[in-house]
Amino acid sequence: MMSTPELAIGSQQGSLLPEIYRVEEVIPETHDTFTLALIPQEGEPMTFAPGQFNMLYAYGAGESAISISGDPDLDGASILHTIRTAGTVTSALRGLRPGDSLGVRGPFGTSWPMEAARGKDVIFIGGGIGLAPLRPAIYRTLNRLERYGRVRVLIGARRPRDLLFMNEIAGWPVETLVSVDRATERWRGHVGVVTPYVRNLEIDPGNTVAMICGPEIMMRYAVMELLNHGMRPKDIFITMERNMKCAVGFCGHCQLGSEFICKDGPVFSYETMQFWFAQREF
Amino acid sequence: MPTTNLEPYLAKHSFFSGLDPADIEEIAGCAKNAAFKAGEYLFKQGENAEFFFVLREGHVVVEVPTARGHSIEISSLGENQILGWSWLMPPYKYQFDCRALKQTKVLEIDGRCLRGKCESNPRLGYELIKRFARVMTNRLQETRLQLLDLYGAPADRS
Amino acid sequence: MKNETYILERKDFPTLLEELGRRGYRTFGPTVRDQAIVYDELESVDDLPAGWTEEQDGGKYELRRREDDALFGYVIGPDSWKKYLHPPRQKVFSCAAVDGLITIDDPEPEEPPMAFLGMRSCERHAIAVQDGVFLDPGSADPAYARRREQALFIAVNCTNASETCFCTSMNTGPKVDLPVDLNMTECLTPDHHRFTVRAGSNRGAEILEAVPTRPATEAEVAEAERRIDEAAGEMGRTIETSDLKDLLYANLDNPHWEDVGARCLNCANCTMVCPTCFCTTMEDVTDITGKSAERTRRWDSCFTWDFSYMHGGSVRQSSKSRYRQWMTHKLATWQDQFDRLGCIGCGRCITWCPVGIDLTKEVEAIRNSETVEEAHADN
Repeated sequence: MMSTPELAIGSQQGSLLPEIYRVEEVIPETHDTFTLALIPQEGEPMTFAPGQFNMLYAYGAGESAISISGDPDLDGASILHTIRTAGTVTSALRGLRPGDSLGVRGPFGTSWPMEAARGKDVIFIGGGIGLAPLRPAIYRTLNRLERYGRVRVLIGARRPRDLLFMNEIAGWPVETLVSVDRATERWRGHVGVVTPYVRNLEIDPGNTVAMICGPEIMMRYAVMELLNHGMRPKDIFITMERNMKCAVGFCGHCQLGSEFICKDGPVFSYETMQFWFAQREF
Repeated sequence: MPTTNLEPYLAKHSFFSGLDPADIEEIAGCAKNAAFKAGEYLFKQGENAEFFFVLREGHVVVEVPTARGHSIEISSLGENQILGWSWLMPPYKYQFDCRALKQTKVLEIDGRCLRGKCESNPRLGYELIKRFARVMTNRLQETRLQLLDLYGAPADRS
Repeated sequence: MKNETYILERKDFPTLLEELGRRGYRTFGPTVRDQAIVYDELESVDDLPAGWTEEQDGGKYELRRREDDALFGYVIGPDSWKKYLHPPRQKVFSCAAVDGLITIDDPEPEEPPMAFLGMRSCERHAIAVQDGVFLDPGSADPAYARRREQALFIAVNCTNASETCFCTSMNTGPKVDLPVDLNMTECLTPDHHRFTVRAGSNRGAEILEAVPTRPATEAEVAEAERRIDEAAGEMGRTIETSDLKDLLYANLDNPHWEDVGARCLNCANCTMVCPTCFCTTMEDVTDITGKSAERTRRWDSCFTWDFSYMHGGSVRQSSKSRYRQWMTHKLATWQDQFDRLGCIGCGRCITWCPVGIDLTKEVEAIRNSETVEEAHADN
C-alpha cells in the first residue's frame, strides 16, 4: 500500500568528499538563473534518476544542494544543473567559467515515479525554479511517450521574464499551459496562479499520476485541487526542500518529522508527506 | 445553433448542474450563442454590463488598459469557465476589458432578462447567487495567491 | 575466554590502565576539571575523581565530597563519549585552487584506538542510538565507523543515581545490558574497595587475563547487583514512554509549546550535552591568499536560528517551534526514523539547562493538558 518514490540509482553514500568536475558550459536562462553543464575530470559521466540532486561545492564558499535538470537518457552527456542565484554558494557558482573546476557529490535522493506512472496519464506542475527538477522527468516521458497516456505540463512563474526553458517548451509534443502571476504589456499567454488551471483539467482520477515541484504554498494548493478531482494521495508526488549540509542523512538539517529530505526524499508521495506538510514551522 | 437547443448544454454544464429543469429553461430563455474573432473585445471597461458568458471554446483575457494604449492582463479564462458578474450588482458596469485571444465561442446570457426572472423567482435567484458566490470566491482566492508572489525568492518578499 | 565474574582490587586498578597503554590505547575517562566531572585523557589512576560526587537538579550541578574514596562515585557530568566518537570539529578536506582548477585532499587521519573507561549504561545506549544514525547502511559515516570499530568500552555500572536521572523509564540502565568489552561494578565498604569485572569480548578477556584478578564469590556478585539495584531505586525523574509518539503527534499545536518556548533561551546547551544529538554543520574557510580552503564539520544545534535557514528565511522562526522540533525528535519522530527513542534518560539536558527546563515535566504538562481538554469535552 505504501507508495514510495522509486529508489535512487547509483547513490553515493556516506562520503563527504566531492569529486572534481569541470564546467563545460554556462547557459544563461533568465535574469537570475543559469545552467551549469558539468563533466567529470576523471572517469565516467554520472548517471542519475529524474528528481535526484547533487551537492555542488564552490571553492572556498561551500556546498549547495542542486537538482539535476538535464536529460537522464542522454548517455555520456554532461550533467546539467539549473541554479537560481540566491546566496553565497550559488553566487560563487554563477562566477564559474568554462574550464573551471568545482566539487560534486551525488547523485542523491529519491526519484520521480517514472515506472509507477507507466500506462497512466501524467500531469506535471512546475512553479518557478521548480520546473528544473521536473525537467528530467518530462524528458524521460517525452523520450518514451508510448509508455504514458495523456501527458500535460502546467507551468507557473511570477513574470514572463522568470519563465525557464521557454525556447524548448513550445516544442514539447504534449499539452502545455504556461501562466504568469503578473503579465507585462507584451505578454499574450495565460495569467493567474496554476490553481484554477488544475481545477479545470479533465482528470481520470484513478489513472493519473501527478508530479509537482514548486514553492510549498503552490504545491499545497495544487494538491488540494487534485484531491478535489478525486485523485489519491499516493498518486500525487511532490518535492520538498530544506536546508541540507551532508545529503546523506546525518547532519540533521533537512529533517522534517519522520523523514530526512535528502535521503528519504526529495521526491515524496503526498501520502507520505501529508501529515508533515500540514504542520507549521516544522 | 438555435437557442431552443441550449437547455441540454446548460443542464450538463458544471456551473448550472443541479438546477431545476424549469430554471434551466428560464436561463436558456435569456441566452444566445455568440462568437468572437481573435482580438475582438467581448466587453470594455465602463460599458453597461449587459451579459455574462459561458465560454464554450477558445481563450479570453481580462485586462486593464494602460495610459500608453497597451493593456496588462490580470486573468485569462478558457473552455467551460464563467466570465462576468457585473451584471448582477449595481452599477451594472464592466470593470475591465475582455478580449478574445483566439476564435472564441460563448453563450451570452442577458443579465437584465435574468435579473427580471430572479426578482419574480427568488429560488432561481438564490441558486444563481450561490453559484456566482463560488466563482467570486475562487477568483478572490486566486487573486490573493497571485499577490503572494509565490515564485519569487522569499528574500524579495520580506 | 574468561567469561565469569572476577574481582579486581582497588590497589591493582593501576595495572588496568597500564595494560591499556601497553596495548596501544589512549585511555579516556572521568576527571575533575572546572568544577565538574569531565572526560579527558587519563595519565594514571590519580586522574580519576576519587571521592567526588555531584548534586544535580534542573539547572543545577555541584560537585560534592564523598565520605569515601570511590573512583566512580559520581553519576554523570556534562561530557559524553560523543565528543570522541563524533568530535565537535572534524576536518572534512582541504582544497587548493590554481587558475580556477581545484584539487581536494582527504585528511584520512591515523588515530590510535581509544579506550573509554567509566562508561555508564545510558551512555552505552547513547552510542547505540548514534550507531543508528552513523552506521546506517544507506548513510554510513566512514570516520565514525572507524573510530567506533576501534574503541574499547570499559563500563562501570552506576551505583548512585541523580535527581535528573530517568534511565529506568527509558530501559537504558542503570545496569549495563548492551555489549561492552569490560563491565565493572565498584564495591566499596570501610573494609574493602574492589571491582567486580566481566569480559564481554575477546579483547576484553585478553586485557582481563593480563591484570591481577581472582574469581568473584557469589556473595561478591550479589553485592554488586544490590548496589546497582539501589541506583535503580534512586531515579529522580520518570517518564511514561508507551504513548509518547502518539501523544506528541497529536499535540503539535498544543498551546503548551508556547509556554516552554517563552522560557527557553535557545542557548543550545541541551543539544551540546545530549549524548545522542548528532547534528552538524559545515564551515568553509579560505586562507588570505585564496590559494587554499578548508571544510570543517562541527556540531550544530536545532536551537539556532539558521539551522533551518533556506534562501530568505528560517523554517523554524519561533522559540516554541525549535523546542518542539528538538523534543518531538528525541521522543517521537526518532521512533519513526530509527525504530527507537532518541533519548536515553541521562538527564543532562535538565541539569545543564540554565533555566531548568525539564523534558519529563514538559511531556507531563502536555499529557495533562490533553486530559483537561477531554474533561472539558465531556462536560
